[in-house]
Amino acid sequence: METFADLTSLGSVVLIFISAAFTDNILLTRFLGMCSVLGVSKKVDPSMGLGAAVIFVTTCTAGLNHLVHAYLLAPLGLEYLRLITFIVVIAAFVQFVEMVVERVSEGLYNALGIFLPLITVNCAILGVSLFMLGTPYSLLQTLAYGAGAGTGWAFAITVIGGIREKVNEQALPRGLAGPGITLIIIGIMSLAFVGFSGMIRV
Amino acid sequence: MLVSIFSAAAFLAILTLILAAALLFAEHRILNYGPCTLDINDGGKTLVVTGGSSLLSSLAEKDVFIPSACGGRGSCAYCKVRVLEGGGVIGPVEESYLSPEDLKNQVRLSCQVKVRQDIRLAIPEELFLAKRFRGFLERKRMLTYDIVELRIVLREPQRIEFAAGQYIQLESEEYAGHDAVMRAYSISSPPSDDGHVEVIIRKIPEGICTTWVFDHLQEGREIFFSGPYGDFQLTETKAPAVFIAGGSGMAPIWSILREMLQRGDKRQAMYFFSGRTKDDLFFTEELFALEKELPDFRYIPCLTREPEDSDWKGERGRIPKVLPRFIADAAGFEAYLCGSTSLIDACVAALKQAGINESNIFYDKFE
Repeated sequence: METFADLTSLGSVVLIFISAAFTDNILLTRFLGMCSVLGVSKKVDPSMGLGAAVIFVTTCTAGLNHLVHAYLLAPLGLEYLRLITFIVVIAAFVQFVEMVVERVSEGLYNALGIFLPLITVNCAILGVSLFMLGTPYSLLQTLAYGAGAGTGWAFAITVIGGIREKVNEQALPRGLAGPGITLIIIGIMSLAFVGFSGMIRV
Repeated sequence: MLVSIFSAAAFLAILTLILAAALLFAEHRILNYGPCTLDINDGGKTLVVTGGSSLLSSLAEKDVFIPSACGGRGSCAYCKVRVLEGGGVIGPVEESYLSPEDLKNQVRLSCQVKVRQDIRLAIPEELFLAKRFRGFLERKRMLTYDIVELRIVLREPQRIEFAAGQYIQLESEEYAGHDAVMRAYSISSPPSDDGHVEVIIRKIPEGICTTWVFDHLQEGREIFFSGPYGDFQLTETKAPAVFIAGGSGMAPIWSILREMLQRGDKRQAMYFFSGRTKDDLFFTEELFALEKELPDFRYIPCLTREPEDSDWKGERGRIPKVLPRFIADAAGFEAYLCGSTSLIDACVAALKQAGINESNIFYDKFE
């Protein structure tokens, strides 16, 4: 926290983005959003699709929930309701986005259509909204944090998808195929991400 | 304490209400596609519906009832129709239910196709006549150890118009972790009894719908089905008819025979019914009585596993073996078969050998 005090606003935004994406990667250091990773990360393409959707949704919902918290929950003294409130806001927002996408671009709707409902119940999204409260961010910083966390998650699932494409699951022992090998891949990757820890303190 | 509980509940209620209202409003504004035209069977029927809902529900709104058991969730795959134009991209939900042949024929799940523009589609003509019926189970009786007869009294609509030999799609309810499903059963009651529908159901071990019927369905319960469907029915000719059935395949034949009696149909008719032992036979007295009531009718039950020392005086052996002794030359006959695939295949082969014209064989196979 004290790291930001002497930074300009823009500098802090960049820093928060990078730290959220790498040192504090929500998938590889917090192990959130795992269910959709196990389900979708078989190939790079859908992984990137889901990743893009997550970036968009984390950024927007982080901003929305920041406002809800600052102007609704905090003044009313109902901060203890943040978890359930955030879930409801996220769900409504995703529904809304789904509608807009459906109307505006059917192609995009069919590409993202299956992912958007998945995202509603993605714990990574809720995690971002809850973690951002740990630090007194401004709205701009919150958006950077949301975008960073989403980017980090998208980056991780894309890399996992790439690795799983190369892994010949047929050659694996039966019990290891699918989720087993994916969890091992994630474990090894998160070991690598330990290397980032402490570089930036959020 | 109470105050905080109350304020939390009130806050959440208000928040969700506002969000739900906003979503409904947005849905109304954003997903409003205006009036869309559904062109069915190349101008055979044209419907104007409000776009935005699924093809299945848009059609149902206009009383065109496509069979569906899952209620439009995309899990039963009964609601297939051919969408020739304007169906949009095939979504991931329906993709898994469409075979390569379906894709070639432009078949889609109508519950997953959203009406966003004018659509050209093709559906079988019989679906125009099919309706969804609500009725009550008036009687449930065991005909044999594994075959039950259901008699349903119709409430809405109160009358059904069908040809003897057609079938309905019975809807089972959800029970013990099983989804609602839809299964086809031939109508066994004659068309003249148009306020009722009877079906004959054989118990299938582990069968979702039959287990529901046998173990959960009770007399007096509300029942839903749709129909009539199918083109298995007696032709308008005077050609002699040979009926062949096994098990619950009795149903359409039982309906056809009683219809013949009512209409005073004079054609020659023979009915071979396959069973393992005497316990598999039902309606035996009624059918032998028909021999006297119809001008030229014979009922020939054939038992394959009846013990040698029993008092059974009828035919023993499989129908394909018995049949040539009754019909040496089948040329000029019409054959109506209903039962399991193996029974039908064997009997069709025997009939062909007896010289029947292949285009005069009609059957209703149980998959």
